[in-house]
Amino acid sequence: MSELALDSKGAKRAIREATAWEGLKVDRDWLGFWFMLPAVAILVLFLAYPLGLGVWLSFTDARIGRSGVFIALENYEWLWGDNVFRTSVFNTLLYTSVASVFKFAIGLYLAVLLNEHMPFKAMIRALVLIPFIVPTVLSAIAFWWLFDSQFSIISWSLRKIGLISTNIDFLGDVWNARWSVIFANVWRGVPFVAITLLAGLQTVPPSLYEAATIDGASRWQMFRFITYPLLTPIIAVVMTFSVLFTFTDFQLIWVLTRGGPVNATHLMATLSYQRAIMGGNLGEGAAISTAMIPFLLAAILISWFGLQRRKWQHGEAND
Amino acid sequence: MTDALISKVVDAKSVLIGSSPTADHSEGMSYLETLPRRLVLLYLPLGIIMVVLLFPFYWMALTAIKPDEQLLDLERFNPFWTWSPTFKHIAKLLFETNYPLWLWNTMMVAVAATLLSIVASVLAAYAIVRLRYKGARWVGGAIFLAYLIPPSILFIPLSTVVFQYGLFDTPFALILTYPTILIPFSTWLLMGYFKTIPFELEECALIDGASRWQILTKIVLPLSVPGLISAFIFCFTLCWNEFIYALTFLSSTQNKTVPVAIVNEFVDGDIYRWGSLMAGALVGSLPLVILYAFFVEHYVSAMTGAVKE
Repeated sequence: MSELALDSKGAKRAIREATAWEGLKVDRDWLGFWFMLPAVAILVLFLAYPLGLGVWLSFTDARIGRSGVFIALENYEWLWGDNVFRTSVFNTLLYTSVASVFKFAIGLYLAVLLNEHMPFKAMIRALVLIPFIVPTVLSAIAFWWLFDSQFSIISWSLRKIGLISTNIDFLGDVWNARWSVIFANVWRGVPFVAITLLAGLQTVPPSLYEAATIDGASRWQMFRFITYPLLTPIIAVVMTFSVLFTFTDFQLIWVLTRGGPVNATHLMATLSYQRAIMGGNLGEGAAISTAMIPFLLAAILISWFGLQRRKWQHGEAND
Repeated sequence: MTDALISKVVDAKSVLIGSSPTADHSEGMSYLETLPRRLVLLYLPLGIIMVVLLFPFYWMALTAIKPDEQLLDLERFNPFWTWSPTFKHIAKLLFETNYPLWLWNTMMVAVAATLLSIVASVLAAYAIVRLRYKGARWVGGAIFLAYLIPPSILFIPLSTVVFQYGLFDTPFALILTYPTILIPFSTWLLMGYFKTIPFELEECALIDGASRWQILTKIVLPLSVPGLISAFIFCFTLCWNEFIYALTFLSSTQNKTVPVAIVNEFVDGDIYRWGSLMAGALVGSLPLVILYAFFVEHYVSAMTGAVKE
């Protein structure tokens, strides 16, 4: 029967010449082109083009409603001498590094805890993710209320316990404000880190722990010499994402402080919004955004090496 | 075969329900653990972290239903509970402001952007994984890189682009720009799903004379429904969460989305604004939390899938 089918197909092909249209319908590359078209069109029009345009704008003195002229590095030179910009770079680095370290430490700890056997496990794990599900702006508004200078429930509780005598001015004082926004960011980021690392933890073979227990390893040694090395690749990827999105954060700061007090919490993203959209200096704002790109590239390279290492560990050929 | 197909969801399920390898291990060695030890090392720290993670939501919900006079008087009333809940704030929100309109805007933009992205990503992911046209590998890598470009470095040039295309202050400004965030993510996720579908199925169909389009709609898509659901709800959540584009590209009150409207329209000098602010935040979060409650596994699979692939 199969011979018959082959036969008739062969005969058909011999009789009918394939038209150009049929050729196009079957040709891989052409089909690939048509299938890719919608995605590529959107990504080129609204991602690649603006990305290039942003770099170009940073070399011009464009303002809202007026296309600028090329002024080479003038925007960057002016930013270099601008104290507010320097503060924002310092804030961004501080915010990213401190928040990432805490997100990693608490996230990993939480993942290890969640990996234990306990009652209501599924429900607890589902609840952990809620801060990640709720839109950042809406939870940031809850934090705004928690950090209120007069009616903060945190200040009230600490006063009742007797730890402090006057209300803490969470968002009004320079360093308090910095720690407060970092706390809110860590709060929002921990669930993502914890759940993805938990998924990684579950791929660690239990026989390794059994062998280590027989050899007399302590809990810490098991974590240090089994869990941690096996998790490294996924940690690299998760932390790259975390660093990337913390570095370019905007929403949280905008809701909580709008960069204040005295620019103490301005990140590069919020500063670029203020200068470009509110102040109208598109060129200058674009220069601030463009200045973020080198940092992002560094993060992406780290991620790439993390991925490479994972492939090597899994013994896969590079595809 | 079906095992391979649903393995993704099962994987996500095990993250949640956790009949994980370590479950055997804790059974095997649990004799080493005593209850007091577990209390101190496990339940206590876990309890503290959970309380910190969930307290803001409790506080949000409580503030939304507290009467005004109890809100600011922490001395006469116990601030952690109220015996006289009121729906005044929520009613005011729904009937005296544009809130229903903002909810509708958010919903419409999120659904439209998500559908557009899913269609584009299904086609792109299928082409990259199965058509394997010339340079498919490079395109796959480029799409992964696009995933890493955050909105906060794009919004300034995009605002001029949106203006040039005449989209400023219309829902289309968001419907067309959100996919730049969603397509890379969902393409990457769907590529992972499509790879698990056996090649032999497609070969059979090709021999039977099916076109690529028929293969996609009649074989590949029905088999990757869990992946499509994951991609859909995750994209929907990202849309709902998006802020900076909506803040920059929309200006008139009736076009705004919930996050932008809450930040810009509710913040007045009123000392009693907290009740309605928290009610707004609560009502804005509920649709996502409800969706999440129904699709927990798909969320987890989308999250871990995007990282693992």
